[in-house]
Amino acid sequence: MEALELARWQFGITTVYHFVLVPLTIGLSLLVAIMQTAWVRTGNEKWLRLTKFYGKLLLINFALGVATGIVQEFQFGMNWSEYSRFVGDVFGAPLAMEALLAFFLESTFLGLWIFGWDRLPKRLHLMTVWAFSIGSLLSAYFIIAANSWMQHPVGAEYNPETGRAEMNDIGAVLTNSTTLVAFPHVIATAFLVAGTFVAGIAVYWMVRRSRQDRDHHDLPMYRTAARFGAVTMIIAGVAVIVTGDIQAKLMFEQQPIKMAAAEALIETEQPAAFSLLTIGNLAGDDPSSVRHIITVPGLTSYLATGDWNAEVPGLNDLQELYAERYGATTPDGQEINYRPNLAVTYWSFRLMIGLAAFSAALALAVLWFTRKKGVVTQGWMRTLALVSLPMPFLAASFGWIFTEMGRQPFVVAPNPTGSDQIMLMTMFGYSTSVSAGEVLTSMISFTIVYAILGVFWFRLMQRYAVEGAPEVAEPVLQSDDDDTAKPLSFAY
Amino acid sequence: MDLALVWFILIAVLWTGYLVLEGFDFGVGMLMPIVGKTNRGRRVALNTIGPVWDGNEVWLLTAGGATFAAFPEWYATMFSGFYLPLLLILLSLIVRAVAIEYRGKINDETWRSRWDWVIILSAWIPSILWGVAFANLVRGVPLDENHQFIGNFFTLVSPFALLGGLVTLTLFLSHGAVFLSLKTDGVIRERSEAVARRMTLAAIVVAGVWAVWAQLAYSGKAWTWAAVGVAALALIGAWYSSLRGRFGWAFVANGVAIVGAVVLIFGSMYPDVMPASNDPANSLTIDNASSTDYTLTVMTWVAAILTPVVLAYQAWSYWVFRRRLSEEHIPEHNELTFAKN
Ligand code: HDD
Ligand code: HEM
Ligand code: HEM
Repeated sequence: MEALELARWQFGITTVYHFVLVPLTIGLSLLVAIMQTAWVRTGNEKWLRLTKFYGKLLLINFALGVATGIVQEFQFGMNWSEYSRFVGDVFGAPLAMEALLAFFLESTFLGLWIFGWDRLPKRLHLMTVWAFSIGSLLSAYFIIAANSWMQHPVGAEYNPETGRAEMNDIGAVLTNSTTLVAFPHVIATAFLVAGTFVAGIAVYWMVRRSRQDRDHHDLPMYRTAARFGAVTMIIAGVAVIVTGDIQAKLMFEQQPIKMAAAEALIETEQPAAFSLLTIGNLAGDDPSSVRHIITVPGLTSYLATGDWNAEVPGLNDLQELYAERYGATTPDGQEINYRPNLAVTYWSFRLMIGLAAFSAALALAVLWFTRKKGVVTQGWMRTLALVSLPMPFLAASFGWIFTEMGRQPFVVAPNPTGSDQIMLMTMFGYSTSVSAGEVLTSMISFTIVYAILGVFWFRLMQRYAVEGAPEVAEPVLQSDDDDTAKPLSFAY
Repeated sequence: MDLALVWFILIAVLWTGYLVLEGFDFGVGMLMPIVGKTNRGRRVALNTIGPVWDGNEVWLLTAGGATFAAFPEWYATMFSGFYLPLLLILLSLIVRAVAIEYRGKINDETWRSRWDWVIILSAWIPSILWGVAFANLVRGVPLDENHQFIGNFFTLVSPFALLGGLVTLTLFLSHGAVFLSLKTDGVIRERSEAVARRMTLAAIVVAGVWAVWAQLAYSGKAWTWAAVGVAALALIGAWYSSLRGRFGWAFVANGVAIVGAVVLIFGSMYPDVMPASNDPANSLTIDNASSTDYTLTVMTWVAAILTPVVLAYQAWSYWVFRRRLSEEHIPEHNELTFAKN
């Protein structure tokens, strides 16, 4: 393989891996902050136990999130140096702001939270977990602003002298219409992930405990957690759908070819149906073989425009349009194919939407069985809970895979209402000074190290989840003049 | 003043923050088995950096992000050019973050000692490689007319670069030992003080030779002698203070020495950000590598507002965890084992 393909594989692998961990950190940090707030407010011990239980799982997850994030920060320079030269003037800004505004906040206050239980007064300690959680939200905002600029470049102009994109409006970059819908969509996703996580584990434990003892004193606690998770899932789920719908309409305006790719729509249709199953050669060499089997009439038209009868242009027409506007051939004379990989975009789009059904089912079932002080005892509910756990993680990953692969062959997709010069094909973005052998080395080492760490991550998460919420003692504030050497409340 | 120059200085400041703070984190990691000896002792050492190491590492991420925003060409050439050393550093930082967090999560001797090895190795590797990388910045690397790196891995390995690696290594060992002397009590403190007395001396020798070499061979500016002088005096001060048992002063002196080293490195490069060793015309300079004035202005505002805030809360977190740790402070292991109960 060429350095370009390897760099793409490496970026895809490391980024998807990073993002498997990210939504849980974002969502769970806020849910844990709410749990701890409930404890400080009510003094009810069950909230403290839940805070510590889910807090521990959050930390196990966070460590790997940080570790994989560090790679991301440098990868643009290492593997995408030509991209970095082209966009740095614009793209570097949100990245630097993210570090300065968000990462410092996250990491410093997390340290204070973990080690501060007996060092800080209750309310101050509560504030640290909120600061941590707000840090993770800010981090998401800035990185999505950076990513959105690649989807829809605004606030910049092309400088023919340097051949670079140059920023002329930071406000426009930070309030990119793409950012404003992608951010809520991703955050809602994060809460769907975290809600499913909290409820899933709580249901598992409710069923387990209720089989040992119908009056076990853990049951009210797990019931609270399960309902808390279920309500989070419902709210997040609605938000995901609403924001996803807005996003689809925006995508149709900004990257129409991505919409056609999501639907594997070869020819322009009016109205365009939404297919649930499609066969044929999606790789695109033989478009005429593509057949949509089960379809919902007009749904794609609706998704794209809000009108069930609208015309949605197909890939063949769009290819012509793009070739006319952005060039038919590369400088060295190859024909440019503007169609993204259909197999990937078509299926990842469907998996993103479809896999969320598990969370919906779990949420509704939990709310139903726990109504009127009820407790979940059914064995099949435990199965449903455990099966649902990974689903929103997968859905979120497919969401990114769709967005990023649907943008190909561009790494910076052109903005139809902006400058036609501000765009970059992926094949011109990689580091030409790095050899294929070097990229292969790094790709293999990252993959192996990530795989090993992933195994430990999984085993620890599983082990701590299966142990259940520990009994806890109220934290006692240690004063300074205490010179009797009391052990720390927490130590590595 | 020219904004690009401001950012050149700011990036030097960010690197200084990183080297001062993560410098002692790495030092603690390397010294953990030496001053710790037992599991409990190693835990004392590790917990001195427990609440703060992640915040310290963010100085690196900020230096990286700031380089991207202010000098995209530098970011692109440096990180693609130093590909393999950077890969090793990143792999170390990845496993280190996880090792620190996961080490105590399972109550099992083998589990702990394996992660201890990871913590130790992942402190040694970047401690050496950062010096190698900086020495290569001072020395310059071959660049083509598009400012692309045209060497390979072995271009980066030279006696000067390797000695640079030893400089950061000894500096971090000395800095870590001084930090441990300040933050621990009991036997760990005694051992750390003994190491600090020796390592501060080693740092004088190694860093001294390298600094004079850098000054004579690569700087070409008289004023950077001042940085060499300050660093040398500071290192001698650190040694003297640790002999006298004044570790607070030794810590400050080490910090000043790191400032001196960074001033020397950046001063010797100026006005380049990445000197080309083959043809000076190919060098990346503050002017041809920087972002536009607009971007730099925006970033200056952001940095001016946020940096004091960050410094304030980071300082506060050091204040909260100011107490010395000794073996009595380390709680018994009460974590889970992998075997189910
Ligand atoms: C939607 C959110 C999101 C997205 C798209 C990304 N990240 Fe991330 N990142 C986070 C949300 C996040 C977080 C929630 O803030 C993390 C995740 C887990 C964690 O522990 O903090 C984090 C950690 C994290 C860290 C470690 C911070 C620390 O030491 O505290 C770095 C350097 C990055 N990320 C950088 C990146 C880069 C360069 C990305 C682009 C490819 C990226 N992340 C995608
Ligand atoms: C701000 C955040 C992000 C930025 C700046 C970013 C940037 C990039 C860049 C530069 C590429 C390389 C071009 C290419 O290979 O096509 C890429 C591709 C890709 N990214 Fe992103 N990305 C971001 C977030 C994510 C996230 C969170 C994920 C998924 C979890 C993701 C998944 C991918 C995938 C799957 C590819 C395609 C790799 C391939 O081409 O084979 N990206 N992205
Ligand atoms: C009815 C349901 C949904 C719709 C209509 C929808 C729509 C969309 C669209 C159109 C995009 C691409 C935007 C673009 O490339 O410009 C997208 C991206 C994404 N989706 Fe969804 N989505 C839905 C459900 C979900 C679910 C359930 C999840 C995860 C649990 C999810 C996670 C994501 C993620 C992480 C991205 C990539 C980030 C982004 O570009 O915002 N989506 N979604």
